[in-house]
Amino acid sequence: MASGVKPRVKVPKSAAAGSAITIKTLISHKMESGQRKDKEGNLIPRSIINRFTCTFNGKSVIDIKMEPAISTNPYFQFDATVPEAGDFVFTWYDDDGSVYDAKKSVAIG
Amino acid sequence: MDFSRRETIALGLGAVALSVMPFRVAASTEEVIAGFTGGADVADGGVTLTAPEIAENGNTVPITVAAPGAVAIMIVATGNPEPAVVTFNFGELAASQSAATRIRLAGTQDVVAIAKMADGSFVRATSVVKVTIGGCGG
Repeated sequence: MASGVKPRVKVPKSAAAGSAITIKTLISHKMESGQRKDKEGNLIPRSIINRFTCTFNGKSVIDIKMEPAISTNPYFQFDATVPEAGDFVFTWYDDDGSVYDAKKSVAIG
Repeated sequence: MDFSRRETIALGLGAVALSVMPFRVAASTEEVIAGFTGGADVADGGVTLTAPEIAENGNTVPITVAAPGAVAIMIVATGNPEPAVVTFNFGELAASQSAATRIRLAGTQDVVAIAKMADGSFVRATSVVKVTIGGCGG
């Protein structure tokens, strides 16, 4: 597991039923592209987060396939519909098999 | 050590082949796009790609894509060592078929967004981004 990986998610605490909300996510990760070289000229092996998903009460909001061209500390912003109160679950999948997740509850009102 | 004319030409061709090789390793832009579209025709328009005209730092270039009615949007950086950048697959609770992220660009190049619409057709948008400092290390 890459060290110091910390997911951060910004979701409104409450929303009107059926309304659209904007979600912002950021996770600290160096996203080593596999193109860079170290001081000795050796390639630094690729180590990135290759997939990110967001679901609400088990239903998919967005599923993102990531390549090495995503910047360090991957940031995503997207819109989701909130049909009822429930939980957003955010999941990041690392190349090394690690899985990072975050959960945010949204109330109706 | 003397070289005949024939040997010199052979050496020259070898050198050219070697210098071209590194760019052959990664899949080309066309292959990446074909992998997404399955070889289908891609029309212009119907997708909006917002990217800066000039990016000072190629390590973090903010981009936004939007394609109403799309099920998936792929971003391709034509001038990167690996052209594929990201693929957004929108689920049933996506309120809009749009997303924003930050990408790496190796240099000044075309960035292409290709959207797969719900009816199976594909549309594209292209944006030129000038990059002052490349974002691929090396």
